[in-house]
Amino acid sequence: MTLFFLFGAIAVVASLLVITQHNPMYSVLLLILSFGALSGLYVLLDAPFVAVIQIIVYAGAIMVLFLFVVMLLNAPKEDTEAARLRLVAPGAAQMGAILAVVLIGELWWALTRTGGQSGAFPAGAVTSVAAIGRSLFGDYAFSFEVTSILILVAMVGAVVLARREGKRSDGT
Amino acid sequence: MMPTLNDYLLLSAVLFTIGTAGVFVRRNLITILLSIEIMLNAVNLTFVAFGRSFGTADGQIIVFFVMTVAAAEAAVGLAIVIALFRHRESLNPDSFTSLKW
Repeated sequence: MTLFFLFGAIAVVASLLVITQHNPMYSVLLLILSFGALSGLYVLLDAPFVAVIQIIVYAGAIMVLFLFVVMLLNAPKEDTEAARLRLVAPGAAQMGAILAVVLIGELWWALTRTGGQSGAFPAGAVTSVAAIGRSLFGDYAFSFEVTSILILVAMVGAVVLARREGKRSDGT
Repeated sequence: MMPTLNDYLLLSAVLFTIGTAGVFVRRNLITILLSIEIMLNAVNLTFVAFGRSFGTADGQIIVFFVMTVAAAEAAVGLAIVIALFRHRESLNPDSFTSLKW
């Protein structure tokens, strides 16, 4: 329980700091910290495979992509001057706050209606990577193959979108 | 005393709310994308907690697919951000209103 509170507190505080930082660089680094805490929670949930790919894929690959773009654009300078005053858009701030309160109230209501069940976890968790892989390439084989097409399309799309304009003249 | 399913669901709800608030409140495209990642991670935590509760591997497999989609989304989203930044020299979504009626 102590570890749960520790990792949960780290995740919540880091996520709150992510959305309050002015510098996107700090936001990305704090989000990596939040992902590390979530990875600890996955270990507590007897899901070591998810914990490992959380670190390798999320913190290692996706966040490095974000860091790369933040450094490439070098945006914090212009963001602080003109947008500091309206970091929070006037109407959106109230709207966002109301929606957040409604959402958390709704979730709290739904969770407290579960009645007498404490929701304690039963014994016998699926922890082996072999079982996950067998299921992934058995029942979920079709989804797995479709995912590869999705990755291919995303890769081609990213290359096309991020390519510089003006290279059209060389006939490509 | 071990943490129960409800504890994990509450934590996940709090994280999802933080992500939603970030999307609505922030005026920076990169921070908005980061908030979307927070929301996806909150959902992942829910999936793993329910999978553990039901004693199956399905939750972890869905998380695998969510991470794949998140990677694709981040790649395409950041490419769009780069293309937009080249056009307007700004990351504020309020400056991209050409398609607004």
